[in-house]
Amino acid sequence: MTTSTHQTEIAADPDVPLVRISRDFDAPPAKVFRAHTDPELVVQWLGPRSHEMRIDHYDCRTGGSYRYVHVSDGNEFGFHGCFHEVRPSELIVQTFTFEGVPDGVALEKMTFTDLGNGRTRLIATSLVDSFGDRDAFIASGMEEGVREGYDRLDELLAG
Amino acid sequence: MPADPLSRVFSALADPTRRDMVARLAVADATVNGLAEPYDVSVQAVSKHLKVLEDAGLVSRSRQAQRRPVHLEADVFDLMTTWIERYRRQAEERYRRLDDVLQTMPDDVDTPTPSTQTGAPS
Repeated sequence: MTTSTHQTEIAADPDVPLVRISRDFDAPPAKVFRAHTDPELVVQWLGPRSHEMRIDHYDCRTGGSYRYVHVSDGNEFGFHGCFHEVRPSELIVQTFTFEGVPDGVALEKMTFTDLGNGRTRLIATSLVDSFGDRDAFIASGMEEGVREGYDRLDELLAG
Repeated sequence: MPADPLSRVFSALADPTRRDMVARLAVADATVNGLAEPYDVSVQAVSKHLKVLEDAGLVSRSRQAQRRPVHLEADVFDLMTTWIERYRRQAEERYRRLDDVLQTMPDDVDTPTPSTQTGAPS
């Protein structure tokens, strides 16, 4: 098998405040699912590279909950949510809150589709309750790029 | 109206009529009357939509008193595309790390046992 060249696809829905990410993996659904539910595995990939990720608890089963923090330069950013529906190798439905904006909540849904030949398509959607929140959510994922981006937009809009 | 520029741009584009107006302005500048034509709304309503687009920095209007052609600020669109691309790339980096994790996992991964589903302590 050649090196993986799977592309992450992203779509921001124009009609509802939703972001959809799609990505294929060279592993069967059971494996991809396990990498989403076992905290020892989750901690290895979920957080941004520039931050240390620390898991308080990660109880990925229907009715369970999670909390973790990203640590960067002594600053801690906490995230928590509940697992609403967890179906092995098929589906995870969970909420997601950034504790810096405690009233905000995203409804996240991850589906694991068996593509055969030991491959899986992961589709992750994130639904929030306003376009403003959705766009803030998109912006929040962009690390230092967003500050630079905002500066550039400020310049553009001021021009 | 949201205070930060990105949210202003996105909320301006959340309305289908405004998106349609922007799509038409991407082809050519147009006057307010010209923009109003295909819609079953008043020129005043179109002016209100334009005001939102203008406040978001998406369009500009020249000062020519009579015709006031509306002009699309394409730079702002380029910037939005850049942002979404950055977000995509961040997700891609995350999933490349997941690729690596999957490589290190044994092949005989069991699906979680039913006890996991019923919430019994493991």
